[in-house]
Amino acid sequence: MSQNDDEVRDDGFDDFLDAIEDGEGFYLECPDGHGSLPPRRVCPHCGQGDLSEVALPESGEIETFTVVHVPAPEFADDAPYATAVVDFGPVRLTGQILDVAPEETEVGATVTPVVAETATTGERVLAFRPR
Amino acid sequence: MTAVRVAGVGLTHFGTHPDRTGRDLFAEASQRALADAGVERRAIEGLNYGNFMGELAEHQGHQGPLMAEAAGIDAPATRYESACASSGVALREAVKDVRNGESDVLLVGGAERMNNLGTAGTTEALAIAADDLYEVRAGMTFPAAYALMARSYFEQYGGSREDLAEIAVKNHANALDNEHAQFQREISVEEALDSPMVAEPLGLFDACPITDGASAVVLVSDEYAEKNDLDAPVAITGTGQGGDKMALQDREFLARTPAAERAAEEAYADAGIEATDVAAAEVHDCFTIAEVLALEALGFYAPGEGIGAAARGETTRDGDLPINLSGGLKAKGHPVGATGTSQVAEMTRLLRGDHPNSDAVDGDVGVAHNAGGTVASATVHVLEVVS
Repeated sequence: MSQNDDEVRDDGFDDFLDAIEDGEGFYLECPDGHGSLPPRRVCPHCGQGDLSEVALPESGEIETFTVVHVPAPEFADDAPYATAVVDFGPVRLTGQILDVAPEETEVGATVTPVVAETATTGERVLAFRPR
Repeated sequence: MTAVRVAGVGLTHFGTHPDRTGRDLFAEASQRALADAGVERRAIEGLNYGNFMGELAEHQGHQGPLMAEAAGIDAPATRYESACASSGVALREAVKDVRNGESDVLLVGGAERMNNLGTAGTTEALAIAADDLYEVRAGMTFPAAYALMARSYFEQYGGSREDLAEIAVKNHANALDNEHAQFQREISVEEALDSPMVAEPLGLFDACPITDGASAVVLVSDEYAEKNDLDAPVAITGTGQGGDKMALQDREFLARTPAAERAAEEAYADAGIEATDVAAAEVHDCFTIAEVLALEALGFYAPGEGIGAAARGETTRDGDLPINLSGGLKAKGHPVGATGTSQVAEMTRLLRGDHPNSDAVDGDVGVAHNAGGTVASATVHVLEVVS
């Protein structure tokens, strides 16, 4: 990460986090119904333009997860933490699991997306809470 | 179309050499490869060089000309970067160049200096092979990414940490006599299972070490080898490359590696072989689960069937299809940018008979499988003894 992360936004990605924070999560859908995440100009699956913002389902299912014991320096004080890939149907999201002890995290559990702050740097991080 | 011969190979010791610069590592590997080839420096027409994280580890970009200078050659040089498959893609482009008649003699290799960054710094550096916005900022490390794939594999097909430990044990045993290997010592399943967790379900002994090292090979055309009376019995007869979505979350499969499947299909078709013709393979086992995914992508096992191969003894030194006789990334070590060409260097030695484990190879066809990131990029090369 660059030192300017606090001051300079990443258009699309930060808009996406803002939307999750406001409870208005969305994904991008192409005319054929493929889902993707911003920033995109064309569908990564079929190359079509004309992407529209569609509401993200309120909850998704944990498809796989890991408990990180050896983190990168930006997450030094966060470890151990669980990181999961969560299936929302048209898209999947990757983020940290909150409110559940890492050893109690389970594949198939239903979670909702939120934005949290890391313990180490206070940066925004995509996260999930149990539903 | 000319065949592409491997005229010579060279490796440094793979290990913990934090004080050695990348240029010094590559100077040694290239010197060894040129000596092994019996090719004069002035004959080299170009350098294809793989390196992943030189900007972070050594504050050094533009490494192509720097490494040509280190190798003592006066020729155009280009650096290739495709994460852990950097020298795999460098090699593939060199093979194409020799085939199309553009060049007759090329130096190909790679180097990586890593241990000077320490464990935390290396963890941070390796993570740049993942999607920064959607993976790294969510706290995903490189081991975490493979841990996500491992759990997905277990959920879909079954398998256990014991099965993975057997792979680490096998690769350590293979490295015992390999003078280039980082770990020339055996480990037990119990030792592997008791190692500290890195990213569950993967422990320290599921992961390749942090390695400093370099590798190089000299490629020549058939005509050049003949004209100069070179002893170069091994040829690269097939090359393939595949790609996939960068982030795991955007992939169709979390427990399969279609990029490597496509690379293998292309390389096999190119060489005119089938998976059943392969006598031995060097595969990209950056983590134990990665060897399983490689075996399945290379068509040696159906999806879900590769997990127990080491435990059943099928891929061990005495098995029907020995995998990673060099020790693999797990025990030989994984200096990221050097790995692709090191696999080809080791397979060349295995096939021509001057590797400590050459006696375990029963056949003339070998395969090298090199993967970038979580296999968003992959190359596969087929090597054959042709004379």
